[in-house]
Amino acid sequence: MPPKNRHPTSASVQPSAPKSTPSAPTTTSSKPLNANTAQDIVQNVWDKYVQRTPQRVKLLDTFMAFLVAVGALQFVYCVIVGNFPFNAFLSGFSATVGQFVLTASLRIQTNPENKAEFESISNERAFADFIFGSLLLHFFCVNFIN
Amino acid sequence: MATSPVDPLLKQLTGPNTRSLLRVIILLTIAAAAVSSRLFSVIRFESIIHEFDPWFNFRATKYLVQNGFYSFWDWFDDRTWHPLGRVTGGTLYPGLMVTSGIIYHVLRFLTFPVDIRNICVLLAPGFSGLTAFATYLLTNEMVTSPSAGLLAAAFMGITPGYISRSVAGSYDNEAIAIFLLVFTFFLWIKAVKLGSVFWGALTALFYGYMVSAWGGYVFITNLLPLHAFVLICMGRYSPRLYVSYTSWYALGTLASMQIPFVGFLPIRSSEHMSALGVFGLLQIVGFVEFVRNQLPSRQFQTLLRALVLVIFAVSFGGLVLLTVSGVIAPWTGRFYSLWDTGYAKIHIPIIASVSEHQPTAWPAFFFDLSMMIWLFPAGVYMCFRKLTDEQVFIVIYAVLASYFAGVMVRLMLTLTPIVCVASAIAFSQILDTYMSIDSPTPEVQANGTPASASVAAASAMLPDGLRSTRNPIVGIYSYTSKLTVVAASTVYLMLFVMHCTWVTSNAYSSPSVVLASRLPDGSQHIIDDYREAYYWLRQNTPENAKIMSWWDYGYQIGGMADRPTLVDNNTWNNTHIATVGKAMSSREEVSYPIMRQHEVDYVLVVFGGLLGYSGDDINKFLWMVRIAEGIWPDEVKERNFFTARGEYRVDDEATPTMKNSLMYKMSYYNYNALFPAGQAQDRVRNTRLPAEGPQLTTIEEAFTSENWIIRIYKVKDLDNFGRDHGSAVAFDKGNKKKRAHKRKGARTLRVE
Repeated sequence: MPPKNRHPTSASVQPSAPKSTPSAPTTTSSKPLNANTAQDIVQNVWDKYVQRTPQRVKLLDTFMAFLVAVGALQFVYCVIVGNFPFNAFLSGFSATVGQFVLTASLRIQTNPENKAEFESISNERAFADFIFGSLLLHFFCVNFIN
Repeated sequence: MATSPVDPLLKQLTGPNTRSLLRVIILLTIAAAAVSSRLFSVIRFESIIHEFDPWFNFRATKYLVQNGFYSFWDWFDDRTWHPLGRVTGGTLYPGLMVTSGIIYHVLRFLTFPVDIRNICVLLAPGFSGLTAFATYLLTNEMVTSPSAGLLAAAFMGITPGYISRSVAGSYDNEAIAIFLLVFTFFLWIKAVKLGSVFWGALTALFYGYMVSAWGGYVFITNLLPLHAFVLICMGRYSPRLYVSYTSWYALGTLASMQIPFVGFLPIRSSEHMSALGVFGLLQIVGFVEFVRNQLPSRQFQTLLRALVLVIFAVSFGGLVLLTVSGVIAPWTGRFYSLWDTGYAKIHIPIIASVSEHQPTAWPAFFFDLSMMIWLFPAGVYMCFRKLTDEQVFIVIYAVLASYFAGVMVRLMLTLTPIVCVASAIAFSQILDTYMSIDSPTPEVQANGTPASASVAAASAMLPDGLRSTRNPIVGIYSYTSKLTVVAASTVYLMLFVMHCTWVTSNAYSSPSVVLASRLPDGSQHIIDDYREAYYWLRQNTPENAKIMSWWDYGYQIGGMADRPTLVDNNTWNNTHIATVGKAMSSREEVSYPIMRQHEVDYVLVVFGGLLGYSGDDINKFLWMVRIAEGIWPDEVKERNFFTARGEYRVDDEATPTMKNSLMYKMSYYNYNALFPAGQAQDRVRNTRLPAEGPQLTTIEEAFTSENWIIRIYKVKDLDNFGRDHGSAVAFDKGNKKKRAHKRKGARTLRVE
């Protein structure tokens, strides 16, 4: 699933750099979680993510983080300035939301862990579907923004 | 040999090619049956548009075909709602018109110049064939049995519940909407099964098409989120659900917002909030699942589950808060009356006045669905036994649609597809069980090696002497019982076909524009007063003469008479309708200024007293009074139209308010001239009318159709001498009484 709320990702986006340094000794998943503080948990998740995730998926995650940032920016602007051309705001915002969701779907579909769920969909098929969905999305948004 | 072509079929030895050929033939036959059973009215009468609403759709389609798409999109119609006009491009669902416009142009391109009227008349039968095919696809997704899809298609093709809204000539939104509904559901099921963005996007596309076609798209908008929500609650969240739902929602919401009539509603109104809520919930659930995969700690899982619950509760509370504070529009009256069934009758009489918005009686279910109504629960039950993701959908759809169909007659239409699917599942289960000829030969032959160990143990314990215990095989294997059951179901199927044909032929194939009656010798007599009057209006009045009538006839006047109207069937402005209701239900002195202010030239009333046509304006009169009373409670009072004992009468004992109302006067004006003195008879109310008919002063009779069904009155101009019409008419008649009562006093000072 998409790491939607991962703020550290968007803050320190350098997915490829820490990959080469297998630093975390506590990443073994078999070890029961005895460090109960929230910070440890987050650290744990982060380390494991950095270590395990393939390069291509990290690229997708970066893109998703970028989309979240753009969406949040638009929203904040809308809150501050007001929503006068409401359709413009809606089409811009829902473009980011829709693209985020489509990218998340692509990430899910191409994830090797989900192989059992998506037997009939190869990675290339998933990418073609992603293109198809994105084209539709952009057509609708461009049409709606007037 | 004679049996050789049938033999391989019976033994199921046919190859896949033969089967698919058979399947195609069966589907084509079903489509042909679906189309041909809807043609009764065209063959019996003629190829015209029925009912009221289709006349507007027809008119809009003609406009689209003549003026092109862009001018149709921003069409401001100044010939309806006379002083106001109607921004038609922004207040209709354009899917139906655009569809038939495309068909029209494609046929022209193929050098078949077909009249647009014929395309409009035959659109619904054509699409019903497609609906049968879509039902076939949907049912095939639900169960593995290959016969269920074909059965469901056959059911859907001829069931009266769907035929009632899709006979040839009923050019209404439902004509294409049911096809789109079923096809959208098929695509959704496909998307959920495969977890594919492609199918999700297709669902969104057809959902957008459905939004452009019918206001009932809200049903889909709430059913798909409910399905996803129930799946989540059952613990059946899967990445496939995330992919299909989010791609549907993100694209489908944008697609639905492209329709001007819908606009920002998917963001702002309560009906669409469930879809948004489930979208948000799926994001959270998906994120939590992701984290759970990373961290297999039970403590952490419960923490996250609590997190999901808290976020769900908080967002739900936020939604309630936004609704209460008015940011999100609350339920509209039409939808709210589905929950609070007494709401419309009390607060919005215009919704309650439509006969389609009444609760459904039991016989209607049997009448429209025949044997399927008792196979339907069995089919739903069978879905429960092997509950897969898509069968959850059947269950939810069945429960919801049954409720809605029980509340409102009109929503029987959305119930029909699921009834067909569920009963086809049940029926095909019966047929699959009883039509397999293979008896359990391995178990019978091999006494020493029975199929299962438990059976072996059971047979070992029991003595071999008894015949019933010798072969403890569970199941029905005798040819007699199989034959009986199969024969019985065949008889039921045949009865079903006969019932459907009978109902279609007798109940649902009569155009409301022409009234058919039988003469004593059995020959048919057509009463064509509507068109007679409308064509009189079309040919004998100026191009811009405004016609005032009750809103039921607005679309027909606009379509057939081609004259501007004050109100019509699109009841978007309740006050304007109440104005017409007040003009109809007040005294002449009150209604004449109203008519002058609205530049009314002609007034049209429907009167069935001579013929016994019960759907006339006197019977609808109380609704006019109620709607007018809602706006002007001081001037129009429903109580005044009843006698002291609370009766609604039109004879001698009618109240003065009733007798002086414009509607009464217009309906019964000169009516007693048809009869011998004092014997005027109203055949609808079955009463004898007063000996002296009403007098009209401000309007004059312009036209009365052959059977007195439609009466048209012309509104008089102002008097040349500035008198009021009452005294002018009295003067013309040489009425002396007036002069005798004339007094000197009570004159006021001239101001100017």
